[in-house]
Amino acid sequence: MSPTDRGGRDISHDIGRAKAAVSLTDVSMAFGGKTVLASVTLDIAPGSVVALLGANGAGKSTLIKILSGVHTDHGGEVRVAGEPAALHSPLAARQLGIQTVHQRIGEGIVPGLSVAENLVFEELAQARGNPFLNGGRLLARAREIQAGLGLDWSDSVLRKDVTELGLSDRQLLILARALATRPRLLILDEPTSALSAAEAERLFALVERMRDDGIAVLYVSHRLGEIDALADRLVVLRDGRLTEDQSKPFDWDSALRAMLAQAQEATTARPVREGAEGDVALSLRGVRLFDGRAPLDLDLRTGEVTGVVGLLGAGKTELARGLFGAEPFATGSAELDGRPYEPKRPSDAIRAGVHLVPEDRHADALVPGWSLARNISLPFLKSLSRMGLMNTAKEDALGRDTIAALGVVARDEHSTVEELSGGNQQKVVVGRWLAETPRVLILDEPFRGVDIGARRDIGRRARSLAAEGAAVLVLSADVDEVLEIADRVVVLAAGEIHLDAYGEDAERDRVIQTISASV
Amino acid sequence: MTTTQSTEVPTKAAIPPATSTAARVQNAVIKYGFIFVTVALFLYFALSEGSFRESATLLDTLRYVSVAAILGLGVTLTMAVGGMDMSVGAVAGLGVSVAAHTMVVLNQVGTVAILAVLAAGALAGLLNALLIVVLKIPDMLATLGTMFVIQGTKLILVDGQSITPGMTLDDGTTAPGRFTDGFLRIDRGTVLGIPVSVLVFGGLTIAAWVFLARTRWGRVLYAIGANPEASRLAGIRVGAYRALAYVLSGVLASIGGLILASRIGQGDVSAGTSQLLEAVAVALVGTSVLGRGRPNVWGTALGAVLIGIITTGLTIKGLPYYTQDVVEGAVLILALVFSFTLSKRRTA
Repeated sequence: MSPTDRGGRDISHDIGRAKAAVSLTDVSMAFGGKTVLASVTLDIAPGSVVALLGANGAGKSTLIKILSGVHTDHGGEVRVAGEPAALHSPLAARQLGIQTVHQRIGEGIVPGLSVAENLVFEELAQARGNPFLNGGRLLARAREIQAGLGLDWSDSVLRKDVTELGLSDRQLLILARALATRPRLLILDEPTSALSAAEAERLFALVERMRDDGIAVLYVSHRLGEIDALADRLVVLRDGRLTEDQSKPFDWDSALRAMLAQAQEATTARPVREGAEGDVALSLRGVRLFDGRAPLDLDLRTGEVTGVVGLLGAGKTELARGLFGAEPFATGSAELDGRPYEPKRPSDAIRAGVHLVPEDRHADALVPGWSLARNISLPFLKSLSRMGLMNTAKEDALGRDTIAALGVVARDEHSTVEELSGGNQQKVVVGRWLAETPRVLILDEPFRGVDIGARRDIGRRARSLAAEGAAVLVLSADVDEVLEIADRVVVLAAGEIHLDAYGEDAERDRVIQTISASV
Repeated sequence: MTTTQSTEVPTKAAIPPATSTAARVQNAVIKYGFIFVTVALFLYFALSEGSFRESATLLDTLRYVSVAAILGLGVTLTMAVGGMDMSVGAVAGLGVSVAAHTMVVLNQVGTVAILAVLAAGALAGLLNALLIVVLKIPDMLATLGTMFVIQGTKLILVDGQSITPGMTLDDGTTAPGRFTDGFLRIDRGTVLGIPVSVLVFGGLTIAAWVFLARTRWGRVLYAIGANPEASRLAGIRVGAYRALAYVLSGVLASIGGLILASRIGQGDVSAGTSQLLEAVAVALVGTSVLGRGRPNVWGTALGAVLIGIITTGLTIKGLPYYTQDVVEGAVLILALVFSFTLSKRRTA
């Protein structure tokens, strides 16, 4: 017989749930009448890694924000270790043992403070304790915190300004700080989006250790390979509902179907080009990406998608920005269709038909608060105006065309970019360069933080541009992303080319071996 | 990198369509609140004070605010590129001295004086552009610096004295020239009953609106203000456009100086100093008009008119002149509440 409470209600379920580190019951949330989470019920057991999947806009961020105390006006109930929890502020969530490491690393660190100060920052921010800072005590505590994560930063590293740390070390810092509070639940939101493969491996080892220590981990990522290796369980959100809940081993077909109902189709067939065809559009000779490194030569051909793979710091962004004139190359020369090409600034490149989709869409591409139409038209205002006067009808039409061409999910061309999910924002950034067919299109990490549906839309568009005669250059740290879209794969490491191959010669294992051999 | 990200970009739909009545009312308050306050105050003064209703009083009000309004238009342009021109008052004051010097000491006609003043304004704008664009000094600090330099230069130019017709010059002779009648008509003359300075104000407002809201150049200025790096990577010559904004601001400030010189009728050394804060206040009030939360031309013009109505109205009501600053300050703070507090809450 099931145990019952005094009212005769079956509580065996509740007893089972008391073991969960965090459990959600019928949690829902709406913004201005639009439901973004509908009755989500989920238990997260201690000592387990639960992967949360979902296309952009599925409600992942909202769920995370509820758990981290940012959104407080939700429906349903959240229990922490069996007790009803009032997550009425980020501080309350932390005090209940829920730590969140957000996707944007910049939001977690305080520039201007040292590494040590950043490590102990949460403790500094607490009201209790000695209000006077003591350098020695602070350093000692910082050492403890970093040691807890198995880092071995010397005191000289701890004394550095935090902005001197690389992106992956900053991520580790935030993680170490979160772990120092001995959390019940650790939420990792796209933790590897800025990390190279080797750095990500380090992170995975840490996550596994946390799990073995009995911490519950909610792991949000678009990278299925990571989830396959790391997670014990997988849940999928779609349109605010939990549509799939699997334990290991995962059935990926079913998970992907649950995630992307309509967008489901076979992975884009691998491009078939087996060797160099077409005319050289852009050629680089003797370009040095870093001082002291060998100069490189590179030809980009008409009708071809060239994928450049490399870890963080391989010189991908330097190559992209140099080609675009954002940071001109110090040495070497370039020719575009046989004529000298030396862009001093982006406007020179754009006039020559060389376009760049930059790595960081928020910092480098989008104008906040502006409509889609205005964001799309920004590089080509001249052709949308007469004697300086803007032709807004033409501008709106261009916005509508772009939305249709790339399948941007938006109310209309007057929606502001903030209303869109990350993948759709990225489509807008890519789409703005399609107003005038580019001669060379450079895409720097175009799939970062973008769901699979958007990734396919963007990839398809890039391929069709190549078919129309453009030379397309895709730069990414993700081998699979590049293999999915490129005719030709170039491996870049420390500013030098280590592999340049087509078709079957650019096979996955070979590319990965080349990368690891080059480290 | 990510740490320099200054603008918060939420991933979710941040601005829900206003469906509830409360939200609709709040949106309306944010959007039309300032226009409503302006009209209400106007009606209040018009109904309670007979003299306020006279068209002469109304035109005087507009004439009174025209200088601050024109300076405010310049500030609006520099705010659009994400900057701020603190030197507009000093540039207007420089304009007064240059006009007086050209006509009174150099004995030139009004047209020459006008050209000299405009050139001085453009030069001041170029100086600001040099400091900000080439030498990379933050806008507010650079223009604060030029404010002092321009005020000081002006004092040297006039030996620390006001330039008046008939004054004795350094070499013992009497100043040969005077403010020409044509020049004095800038502020005192009328066309079809409307003061020339009010017409200038109206004309410049329309021109600035077309420029900022309807041309690609204005679009570019706003883009630079919202995200300079994205603008650069979209092929915009960011430095050139920021320089343009400061030069235009300098020229507008010097036009304000022309009106001021015509109004005072002599080269008053202290002219222009009080105009700075009014101009900045007017432009800031303007950001809250129509709930845009960003600098815009009609907002600036309406902000100037609002401040004019309040000061004129209160003067007629018998409030002493020295209470004006408090009233203007309160209006500014109220506007900032509209701009920041209320509209932030709307997007929370």
